[in-house]
Amino acid sequence: MKHVLKIFSLLVVISALWIGLLQASIIPQSHTWLLPIYFIVSLGCYGLLMVGVGLMRFPTCPQEALLLQQDIGEAKDFLKQRGVDVGSE
Amino acid sequence: MEQKNKYSIIVPTYNERLNIALIVYLIFKHLRSRDVDFEIIVVDDGSPDGTQEVVKQLQKLYGEDHILLRPRPKKLGLGTAYIHGLKHASGNFVVIMDADLSHHPKYLPSFIKKQLETGASIVTGTRYSKGGGVHGWNLMRKLTSRGANVLAQTLLWPGVSDLTGSFRLYRKSVLEDVISSCVSKGYVFQMEMIVRASREGYHIEEVPITFVDRVFGSSKLGGSEIVEYLKGLVYLLVTT
Repeated sequence: MKHVLKIFSLLVVISALWIGLLQASIIPQSHTWLLPIYFIVSLGCYGLLMVGVGLMRFPTCPQEALLLQQDIGEAKDFLKQRGVDVGSE
Repeated sequence: MEQKNKYSIIVPTYNERLNIALIVYLIFKHLRSRDVDFEIIVVDDGSPDGTQEVVKQLQKLYGEDHILLRPRPKKLGLGTAYIHGLKHASGNFVVIMDADLSHHPKYLPSFIKKQLETGASIVTGTRYSKGGGVHGWNLMRKLTSRGANVLAQTLLWPGVSDLTGSFRLYRKSVLEDVISSCVSKGYVFQMEMIVRASREGYHIEEVPITFVDRVFGSSKLGGSEIVEYLKGLVYLLVTT
């Protein structure tokens, strides 16, 4: 099934549940009407939270830059000796 | 009877005169000692800086059966560079990686090991998992990367943590299959490849990699890039 259809069916199910709640009046109707808005706002907040948490925990590797410089030096030495042009850059 | 695996490493280049020599050295350093059968396919798009001359020197040093130079007349795009490289690949596995040393060849053994352990069709490098990482990104860049990632995860459910990464190992037949149905350009192309592969049900594994951004201060993430990205997301959402 195409992915977009999966999302569409999910939305249809959620909408059906919402309409069901409206009909059944378990929760006062005034609240039920606002549920989609609550849902969208929660989704937005969750997204922002995920971005924030991910940003805080963003893996960095400063030591890798140093290791890379060492590797570059090693490579240049090796290649220069064997006739490969690794000239000044 | 065990079939011997051969790995064709496709490296598209444009003005990478120095980096191509360094990357070839490092690939040999990390693979030769492990008894891995491999070849490096350099797809150069007519670099004016003499990249091809350096590759020829490397061929003299390492052998033409290990370094294949398959150039093209001018800049023709990444996707077609892979397709071009694939035509000349004699291995049963293909690795794609960048030539600018943001992808370090020292991770090649872990890609190979992961594939052998799991039998995966694709092993993709992730910068965002534990053990992985990025160096050289400022806060803004990290923010856009993280935001883009969360958006893509929410919309596409791709099953991989790093969608835009381009350091990957593919089973050759799988790469041929997936690449034939991809039409995007640039990094959206990388996303399209992995999302399509995921939809097709191919077994995909990840290994953490570190990414040292060597293009400091580049304007890689301008407004137009963001628009292109969003368009790419919608395209992928609707067509995969």
